[in-house]
Amino acid sequence: MAELRLEGFRITQDDFTLRADLALPAGGRVAVIGPSGAGKSTLLNAIAGFVPLNAGAMTWAGQRIDALPPGERPLSILFQDQNLFPHLTVAQNLGLGLDPGLRHVDWGGVNGVLDRVGLAGLGGRRPAQLSGGQQSRAALARALLRARPILLLDEPFAALGPALKAEMLALVEETAGEALVVLVTHDPADARQFAKQTVLVADGVAAAPQPTAEIFANPPPALAAYLGQ
Amino acid sequence: MARRAGALIAAGLAALTLGPVAVVMMQAGEGMLSSADLAALRFTVVQAALSSLASVACAVPLARALARRRFPGRGLLVTALGAPFLLPVIVAVLGLLAVFGRAGVVNTALRGLGLPEVSIFGLGGVVLAHVFLNMPLATRMILQGWQAVPAERLRLAQSLGFGPRHVWQHIEVPMLRDVLPGTALAVFAICLTSFAVVLILGGGPAATTVELAIYQAVRFEFDLTRAALLALMQVGTCGLAVAVASFFALPAGFGAGLDRSADLPAPDGWRRISDAGVIALATLFLAGPLLAVALRGAPGLLALPVSVWPALAASLLVAVLAAPLAVGAALALALARAQGLGWVGPIAMLPMAGSQLVLGTGLFLLVFPFVSPATVALPVTVLVTAIMALPFAYRILAPQAQVLVTDYGRLAASLGLSGWPALRLLVLPRLRRPLGFALGLTGALAVGDLGVIALFAAEQGATLPLVISRLMGAYRMTQAAGAALLLVIAAFGLFWMCDRWGRGGTEA
Repeated sequence: MAELRLEGFRITQDDFTLRADLALPAGGRVAVIGPSGAGKSTLLNAIAGFVPLNAGAMTWAGQRIDALPPGERPLSILFQDQNLFPHLTVAQNLGLGLDPGLRHVDWGGVNGVLDRVGLAGLGGRRPAQLSGGQQSRAALARALLRARPILLLDEPFAALGPALKAEMLALVEETAGEALVVLVTHDPADARQFAKQTVLVADGVAAAPQPTAEIFANPPPALAAYLGQ
Repeated sequence: MARRAGALIAAGLAALTLGPVAVVMMQAGEGMLSSADLAALRFTVVQAALSSLASVACAVPLARALARRRFPGRGLLVTALGAPFLLPVIVAVLGLLAVFGRAGVVNTALRGLGLPEVSIFGLGGVVLAHVFLNMPLATRMILQGWQAVPAERLRLAQSLGFGPRHVWQHIEVPMLRDVLPGTALAVFAICLTSFAVVLILGGGPAATTVELAIYQAVRFEFDLTRAALLALMQVGTCGLAVAVASFFALPAGFGAGLDRSADLPAPDGWRRISDAGVIALATLFLAGPLLAVALRGAPGLLALPVSVWPALAASLLVAVLAAPLAVGAALALALARAQGLGWVGPIAMLPMAGSQLVLGTGLFLLVFPFVSPATVALPVTVLVTAIMALPFAYRILAPQAQVLVTDYGRLAASLGLSGWPALRLLVLPRLRRPLGFALGLTGALAVGDLGVIALFAAEQGATLPLVISRLMGAYRMTQAAGAALLLVIAAFGLFWMCDRWGRGGTEA
């Protein structure tokens, strides 16, 4: 089975270092948790191709991906904000996922995905005309349309209220299918709801994933400190 | 993609800016500076320093009055202060001649009162014209400083019971200390390379600038070695001024955001009267010459000589070619800079250290052995105009390009959006407003420009500003005013069209 592998992975920025040696399987639901500033977002941004590795390798299904430009990696990413271009319509924003030139877009497929995330009929609107929850759905819809085997979520639902956030995570679970989903969060409830496995990022190391239930039942010292236990 | 294009353009720009200077240096090697050349250098620096000081001295009370008063038409006046930057210099000079010239309004009045006349020619006239052209820009730069004073600080001043004198001492003086050096140096640098003003109001051994001396050496004496030597001197002076200016933050003079309703206290009493007086005087000083051109030019419009029409076409052609060239190159440089290619920033500002006639002289020396300079007058004018306009376009676009890349760079990269699709779907829609503004600005500058064309053009192939200066030289003032009116319409029409296109984009 395909998996995302980080081997001898190291990033150094000024006096900050992050190391990782881990593997995440296709179809997995993984939460990345840890104190703020520990490097959760850096880890995700490195996988997505926005932060270069100082050492090590990154592979998907045995193929090196760490030299590929962000758009050619087998993944989609949802950022904390700025996931939609405000001057394009929702449908155009989705279409970019199929063809960045917007010339060869299956608009029927776009409408189908809008339907799946509960935005039927809103394709002609601009992002500013949508609510925060609807904007998140549109961004997720584009990721579904791109159908890449990895989906990275960098706290994209953090600005939504608890109920909306839970609803979005349920929608991700329902629609992501066989994709590997990696969710950065600072909220243990997200991890418990969504992720079977959890990666703890603390003290400069992204640890290998552990079953979420276990890690919260028996937290290592860094996680215990973060949870305030 | 944008990085590679930006790097290529930066390399080309550096070659086009430094190449002519290198040619000039080689040519200048054999010459010696004469005392007349040193006098030109002295006059250049003195007039630029006086112009700069006078512009800033007039701009401070005007900016202060505009900052603390609210009156009908204030917004219009602030907008109009941006206009002299677009106004063709030759038109401004024509207007000043109509007011302050021998047969002008002021001298007619003085004669009527039996008082001695004032002369607009020489140092005084050059400084007057430079104040007319640069005081409005300086006012806008300084006004920006006033409006950037945090409202919290003004509230604090009020809660401590500050009077106008204390506001001046504790808030306004520190602000001016930050803003004035950059403003004064910007005006100084502009006046160092001023050509059209000195061509008409200066001249003679007592009032010749280096820029004018270059022109005379090429056109009249055909002494290319001396022209090269003068050009080298000009590069040294401008380079020094730009280097000094780069240590000071340059306030933004154009652009939006001058309409914020600040809580600046508006004191009553004599201060109210003096503010009103300053605003009235400044309005009169700035509007008078323009009104004079309009009044004189309107009848002249009906009696335009035929040479005006091909000249108008040539001017428009220069603008239509030079503006997109300058703005396109500036956009590529701004995007490359925003994507981390830091070294292109200083290169984009490199033309500021040169001057039209320095570049022109270098190109003249380059082409002269092969073709008659007159045959390449228009292409050279397009090229030099575009190069000289590029820093302005770059300064408009760079901050917005930075915002674009910061906000959407990662998203575009994660979707593989790059190259032409990125330009079409992301850059053009998001930057349409500053692009339109930059196109309008460079277009207006190009239409009204009188510089390098004077060096190259023969009787044929002249641009409209050059034809106006020839009409003035022949004392056909009504026709000159008519052609000037046409030029103003062309310059502002072009600006208005481009700016309107920029504002037409969807806002989100």
